[in-house]
Order: sequence, then structure tokens, then C-alpha cells
Amino acid sequence: MSMRRTAPIARERLQILLAHERGARGQPDLLMQLRQEILAVVSRHVSLDPDKVIVRMERGKHVSTLEIDIELPSGIENKFAATG
Amino acid sequence: MAKVLVVTSGKGGVGKTTSTAAIGAALAQAGQEVVVVDFDVGLRNLDLVMGAERRVVFDLINVVQGIAKLPQALIRDKRLDNLWLLPASQTKDKDALTEEGVGRIIEELRGNCDWVLCDSPAGIERGAMLAMRFADEAIIVTNPEVSSVRDSDRMIGMLDSKTVKAEKGERVEKHVLITRYDSARAARGEMITIEDILGILATPLLGVIPESQDVLRASNVGSPVTLNDPASAPARAYLDATKRLLGETIPMQVPGERKGLMNLLLGRRAA
Repeated sequence: MSMRRTAPIARERLQILLAHERGARGQPDLLMQLRQEILAVVSRHVSLDPDKVIVRMERGKHVSTLEIDIELPSGIENKFAATG
Repeated sequence: MAKVLVVTSGKGGVGKTTSTAAIGAALAQAGQEVVVVDFDVGLRNLDLVMGAERRVVFDLINVVQGIAKLPQALIRDKRLDNLWLLPASQTKDKDALTEEGVGRIIEELRGNCDWVLCDSPAGIERGAMLAMRFADEAIIVTNPEVSSVRDSDRMIGMLDSKTVKAEKGERVEKHVLITRYDSARAARGEMITIEDILGILATPLLGVIPESQDVLRASNVGSPVTLNDPASAPARAYLDATKRLLGETIPMQVPGERKGLMNLLLGRRAA
């Protein structure tokens, strides 16, 4: 490929990127909503620090993952052991 | 009733303020009653580009907060007596802008002129959202460069969803203005072409402003390029773009471009 004719690469990259971004535009708050609902459900059973609930989405080429990381306050293990 | 036109881009440094000044002055030269409003609170520059920086007494925030009345804050241009500037505040926080306050000012301006041009700050924060909030039309200033095109696409999405018109189910009329265009570099495949930009953004073209020293020269002396050097290539491109805004059909001419761009554009508009 020519080193100088970079404009076609720019066009192609933009087309792919914008197709993706436009698709995501309708539901920009999906992760936020998911986080709120998870927080509400877990909070029914244990008191949580809202800042310790992390919801993260990673888009891969073949697999996408949803990572939910909830840090429980210390001393809560017994409660789970008793009910579980 | 005035038309409210926002000049926006998302990305900074693409030429929003230069374009607001140039088109505002060109509209006034065409006999229209024009008010240009600087929404870049904290980083105002439209006053400087228009050469009115030493005449600012009151600003947009003062009017929003009721400290000054709108007529007290408007600065009449020294060259054109039907061109007015409402400057942004240089010191206040941008959070001082309220939707209610901006709405009130826009309504008052609507009843008293032909065009209200809102010069948006860069970004997608409060100032940018309020600059577009009450718009009837929008100019999306775009450089032939990937980050600018991406941000323009984002702003088009916001114009279609976050404006009063969009919320009422109406459409903000959108135009792309390509600035800093270098047709020689585009021809060599080094710069994304007009055709590519329009294809990606799927929005009609208002004009193509060539990269030019004349733009810098005009801002150095505080004069819109359309007033400072009307015969220069960027000024002619802005004057043509302004005529299109006023509804005239003007053939699209890109300095240095050989192929029939007009046919291309007509084909796209019809599609």
C-alpha cells in the first residue's frame, strides 16, 4: 500500500467506527441502569457502598464480556454462610 | 421572527468562531438584521475575532442573571450597523448558564432580528448543549480529519435528539461546512475528500472553505474575513455559503477542484 494515500484508510476506519457508535447511541445508559438495578437488588440483603459496585462492558472481536464487581463490606461472610 | 442558527462541531479549533463571524457579517452585508451570540463562557473569543473586545461591558451571563438588560449587553458592529454581538462572560463559571435564562434571551432576540447565530463552545458540556438547544438550523463545522468527522457525527446525533425542535418531533435543518480544506492534498489521497465526508455524515453541504492565510490575517486585525478581504478565496466561499443559507442556489465551487462536484452534490441531495 502506498504510504501517501492514507485518506482511504481514514474513510474506512470512520465508516466502521461510526456504524458502531451510532448503534450504541440509543442506549447510552444501559450500563448505568444495570448498575442501579444490581445495586438495588443486592442492597435488599446487605448494605453496600454504592461506589464499590462496578459494572463494565468489554467488546471483543469474537466475545464480549460483562464484568460485575461488587465489593462487600467486611464481616458480611457469616451472613452468607448462614443463609446459604 | 428570526431564525436561530447554531454553529457547532464538537471538536475544538475547527473554525466555529471564524465561521460565525464570517457568516454573521455576510448575512448583515446582505441586509439582514443579525445578532451573533458567544456561548463559550470562560473562553470567549468571538469579541476578539470581530474586533469588539474593548467594547464589552455586559455579557450573556449578566443578562441571564438579570444584572443587565439585553439591549445594554448588545454591541453594535462598527462597520455594519445591522450586526450585533452578545459576548460571553470571560470570568463567570459556565454553570451560570441556565436553560430558562438562555431560552428567555433567545425568545427576546427572535422577535427583534432576522438571524440569531449561536457560536457554540467545543465539547458536549452545558454551553454546547444550550447553544444548540433552541436552534432552528445548524451548521456543523468539519475539518477533513478523522477526529473532526467523528465529532461532527456525534453532534448531528445530538441535534436530532437533544434540541427543543427534536423533542417536539420536528427537525433542526442541518448543514455541513467543511473548513481548512486543501484540494491538492485531497487529490493526492492525503486528505479525506468532500465526497467521503458527506457520504459518512449524510448531511447536505453548505460550503467548502479552503485552507488560507487570509483567515488568520483577518482574525489578527479583528475583522470577519468576509469584511476584511471579500475577494479572497475563503471570503468568497463564506459569501456563497451565506447565499445558500438565504435559499439561493449557488454552484458549489471548491478552489483548485477540477471534477464536477456540483453534480455529485445534487445527486446526493436528491438521494
